[in-house]
Amino acid sequence: MRSFMGFLSGLLFGLGLVVSGMSNPAKVLNFLDLAGSWDPSLAFVMGGAMVTTFIGYRLSWRRSAPALATSFDIPNSRLIDRPLIAGAALFGIGWGIGGFCPGPAWTALPLMATGTLIFVPAMLIGLWLGVRAKAQGLFASEGAMR
Amino acid sequence: MNETLTEFTPWASLAGGVLIGLSAVMVMAVFGRIAGISGITNGVIGSVLPMGPVPKDRDWRIFFLLGLIAAPIVILVAGGTVSQTAPDNPVRMLLAGLLVGFGTAIGSGCTSGHGVCGLARLSPRSLLAVLTFMATGFATVFIMRHVLGVG
Repeated sequence: MRSFMGFLSGLLFGLGLVVSGMSNPAKVLNFLDLAGSWDPSLAFVMGGAMVTTFIGYRLSWRRSAPALATSFDIPNSRLIDRPLIAGAALFGIGWGIGGFCPGPAWTALPLMATGTLIFVPAMLIGLWLGVRAKAQGLFASEGAMR
Repeated sequence: MNETLTEFTPWASLAGGVLIGLSAVMVMAVFGRIAGISGITNGVIGSVLPMGPVPKDRDWRIFFLLGLIAAPIVILVAGGTVSQTAPDNPVRMLLAGLLVGFGTAIGSGCTSGHGVCGLARLSPRSLLAVLTFMATGFATVFIMRHVLGVG
């Protein structure tokens, strides 16, 4: 049951990425190109996703526990620290260079474009390096890793 | 690569956004977790590469990733189309992948975890992360396309 629900939620997410156009780097890069071939579509993806999630979360939290887990596990850190900002800044640069963030990269993988086949392994190496760097305190201060 | 023009698709994008939101709600209602793809990916590769404690509830994350990967295949099998134009310069994509992986690990989240889920929780941390990666994303594309002249 857990596996099935996990698969189903991933599938739903992936379908959303394809339908919205977010899994296409060309569309992401055009969204980020305010001064050129600007395509505002992605603002609608974010809007639709956020409003749905905002309402759905509040309905979910009315129950005392999730359906297949013992408790809600929600990050409660309110700390604004250097790792948060430095990490987000680096992520944004990579997003602007390649047009992929992690979800779309996974969803685009079976389409086997050359760029995607290079991006995904590089992203996994980057994640691994990032977790190690954070564990070594490279970006200092006590960031709360979920 | 020259830049590829894309059509403005407000309705399809809004509908896709709602599907993404429903998925995030499902992960919360069923597993009590934030649907952050970088975090989910971390939880999965942590079982292959040494990177610290492996989350107990790794099982659903593996299937979540399989679902993400299955999505375009399902659409193609159902007779739909999937438009896809990724930059193909290997150096560019290598650098992009490393930065996206490293940055989301350090900053504890990406477009889904901070963007969709974090903003829906009204988290100040996530708002700041979103404003930061949007700003550097816009700046990077500006520099690449309008200063350096790379697609």
